[in-house]
Amino acid sequence: MNLFADAFAWIVAAEQWSGTGSIPVRLGEHLLYSLLAFAVAAAIAIPIGYLIGHTGRGRAFAIGLSGAARALPSFGLILLLVIVIGVLQVRLAVIIALVLLAIPSILAGAYAGLEAVDRRTIDAARAIGMTEWQILTKVEVPLGLPLLISGLRAGLLQIVATATLASYVGLGGLGYDILQGIQLQRFDQTLGGALIVVVLAFALDALFGLLEQFGVPRGVRLNRGGRSRGQSRAIRAEQRTDTASRFAQAGAAGGGGDPA
Amino acid sequence: MNWVSNNLDLVLELSLQHLRLAAIPILVGFAISVPLGWLAYRYQLTRGVLLTAAGLLYTIPSLALFMLLPALTGLSVLSEANVVIALTIYAVAILARSVADAFASVDPTVRQAATAVGYSTWQRFWTVEFPLAGPVMLAGLRVVAVSTIALVTVGILVGVQSLGYLFTNGVQRRIVEEILTGVVATMLLALLVDLLLAVLGRALMPWSRTSAGRTRLLVKEAS
Repeated sequence: MNLFADAFAWIVAAEQWSGTGSIPVRLGEHLLYSLLAFAVAAAIAIPIGYLIGHTGRGRAFAIGLSGAARALPSFGLILLLVIVIGVLQVRLAVIIALVLLAIPSILAGAYAGLEAVDRRTIDAARAIGMTEWQILTKVEVPLGLPLLISGLRAGLLQIVATATLASYVGLGGLGYDILQGIQLQRFDQTLGGALIVVVLAFALDALFGLLEQFGVPRGVRLNRGGRSRGQSRAIRAEQRTDTASRFAQAGAAGGGGDPA
Repeated sequence: MNWVSNNLDLVLELSLQHLRLAAIPILVGFAISVPLGWLAYRYQLTRGVLLTAAGLLYTIPSLALFMLLPALTGLSVLSEANVVIALTIYAVAILARSVADAFASVDPTVRQAATAVGYSTWQRFWTVEFPLAGPVMLAGLRVVAVSTIALVTVGILVGVQSLGYLFTNGVQRRIVEEILTGVVATMLLALLVDLLLAVLGRALMPWSRTSAGRTRLLVKEAS
């Protein structure tokens, strides 16, 4: 426990809260790169995921992509891009790497969300005369929102985790204190830095938990609560086995990213 | 390709070391996850606690976990055991959930039939539920195997040798081929282990071969 006390002492020490290498600056750098990459990744992955989910074409592509991404060592990808794009453009290289790493999770979330919508609901929407665009925006997207949000959550957490490793190429961020602490054998610094990273990850995770709770349209939530208990339990069990078998077949297509 | 042929011995040696580091978390993680996943499936109370804990642990970035663990275990940050324990924690965090899902995927009527013909709980678990949960468990295990193999590379930041050595060494010496070799070798290793597990699953669980077709049939019947 002494180590944790040392780490807290390191975190609250005055020199950690002012100047260029201070915790707020590192946190700002970390968040800036992470959110920038996240926005770009979402802008690319969501439309593609929706296209695949709506048309049903390219399923194999989406599943294959998330499978391959899981095998990709994120640290290696960052270093590879840094060397290929050029050491002078480390920032660009790292952001591209982070974007590439987050795309599969977000794409899988967008696609799986649409895939999970009951076909009968879509047929009904088509039967009452909705255009394809209306079906997508008024039926499929709202109903698929919970899975999209969990895909976004996995993507952002993967980015935040990988951005920690980006400190190795001199990009600052919260990983800096961890890596410097290892080199200097200052374990209060490594542990302090690690604790801040963990708090950031947990905070973002909690934020997405809230989003999932309140960002889902009222109709979708009402539907769940409105059923009798026995009914909803049966539906839940059905969904669970359904997901389970789909996971078995698809190799967990909607699965999240690694902690990198 | 020149770099690879000149350094084939190094790449092979690192690959073996990499495989050894990944194998322990995968196997130990599975052994721990089966009882935990079963508890999560069987009891509503443990389900919430276990799955929430697993979700939170999986949220911790690996480099941070490598730093946190020594403060709890007393091991050196730079020791191999530290990295192996961290990867085992991640493996359990994913697998416990798939094991719980796997047991839930067993047809309840099959379970009731086993009880009706006189199986004890213990017998029923090993001869009916565990084998039938196998295909879904295997799917989870394959995910864990692949992501563990990818994660081992981060260990190089705390001095634990694996194919990740080619990343840091390649950056220091500015050799693109070396880093690329590390990335490709890691992915090949993951692919190889994934394939091996799939083949093993087909051999050990002949019933999983028809299950995909049967599920589809059931779905068609239901709708």
